[in-house]
Amino acid sequence: MKKLAIGLFAAVTVGLMFWGYYQAMYVAPNDAMQGEIFRIIYYHVPSAAVAFAFFAVSLTGSIGYLAARHNHPERAQRFDAWAVAGAEVGVVFCTVVLTTGPLWGRRAWGIWWTWDARLTTTLVLWLIYVSYLLLRRFAAGPQMQTLAAVLGIFGALDVPIVYMSNRWWRTQHPAPVFGGGPGSGMAPSMVTVLLWNMLAWFCWGVLILVLRYNVERKRQANAAEEAREALESQV
Amino acid sequence: MSRALWTHLVKDLRIEWRSLDALISMLFFSGLVVVLFSIAFDPRGSFSQQIAGGVLCVATMFASVSALNQAWAREIRHQVMDAQRMVPSPGAELFLAKVLANFLFVTIVQILLAPFFFIFYNLHIAGQAWLLALVLPLGTWALVSNGVFFAALSIRSRNRELLLSLILFPIFIPALLAMVQASRAIFTGDSDPTLWIKMLLGYDIIFTTASLLLFDVVFHAE
Repeated sequence: MKKLAIGLFAAVTVGLMFWGYYQAMYVAPNDAMQGEIFRIIYYHVPSAAVAFAFFAVSLTGSIGYLAARHNHPERAQRFDAWAVAGAEVGVVFCTVVLTTGPLWGRRAWGIWWTWDARLTTTLVLWLIYVSYLLLRRFAAGPQMQTLAAVLGIFGALDVPIVYMSNRWWRTQHPAPVFGGGPGSGMAPSMVTVLLWNMLAWFCWGVLILVLRYNVERKRQANAAEEAREALESQV
Repeated sequence: MSRALWTHLVKDLRIEWRSLDALISMLFFSGLVVVLFSIAFDPRGSFSQQIAGGVLCVATMFASVSALNQAWAREIRHQVMDAQRMVPSPGAELFLAKVLANFLFVTIVQILLAPFFFIFYNLHIAGQAWLLALVLPLGTWALVSNGVFFAALSIRSRNRELLLSLILFPIFIPALLAMVQASRAIFTGDSDPTLWIKMLLGYDIIFTTASLLLFDVVFHAE
């Protein structure tokens, strides 16, 4: 049943991805100022939203793990699996953001990169979560889960500080497109396309997240089984 | 100050006083970084005023990692760390004692390094020099308190010495930015460093509180 549901969801997601691609490439009109290059927004913005959402999933998993690890070990393992899945898939989407951003910036600004508030924050966020994944790789066992959870919380604490510090430093990223000052907002024909792509990438992200979560749960089960066998063989 | 904190602090200071390992290696290493940067960037005239703050902060940062790695590695021998876990006093006191000891070491290194730094970079301070006495301790505290915390965290892993830099530096980036901007503002006298000093203070308060709260979790992680 569960497999069927995931398969069905995967099929819908792939359909949405095709539809989103078609909309972004053929339906959306050219931008009045930027021409074709602006179409990258349909990949850049959804990936950023998904990345930030999944880092939030990871933070929730970390806090949940620390809260549950003594009294509800089974629930804590589930939280930990969400934490690692959120961080890993988040890093992948964050990498997409950091790749598509410079591609657009080269055409629109004439430079690949600038040390602006949002760019720097995203980069630092990426660095923090890569270091989180490295910690998970270098340490082992249940203590690793605790240490990683603590680092996850520290990393999340850092994000608003990085953002504020860079806003005081310098800012070049386009002002918020939605809900910004006068002249912000998109043409309705573009908004629809963006929303379709947002939905498609979100579904795609959730699909990968759930698969990664299941893999992590299987790995935990295997590790527990091995530990039990090792104990029994010694008796 | 509680007795447990005092005991830990005196112990660390006494060990360092007898060997001077951390101080000598930090001093030499930060001196090396200053020399390497002057060769890499050829600091002359107003350019040296521009980069001096950054070089000083980065030199401190690299140097203190070598001492922070030793902060807990020393406790692993003879199972001292296991004994410390069984002590009935809260782990936060042990943490604070380590931070104070290492803060003192890094500050001594900065004071000793300062004259060479001024000579190599032909520095003259255009802004308010006394503000440096605020910026450097605040930045050093941010570095050392996070560093001691993450050293305790990475000590349980494989290749722990590498891991400390890998997890400390990303988290330290905003404090480094504030420290560099504030000291540059003081060296050049172009802008007002107050905002950056406030930011450093906020960073210190947030992360020291988080470290004190979470230290027991890391220290007793099994």
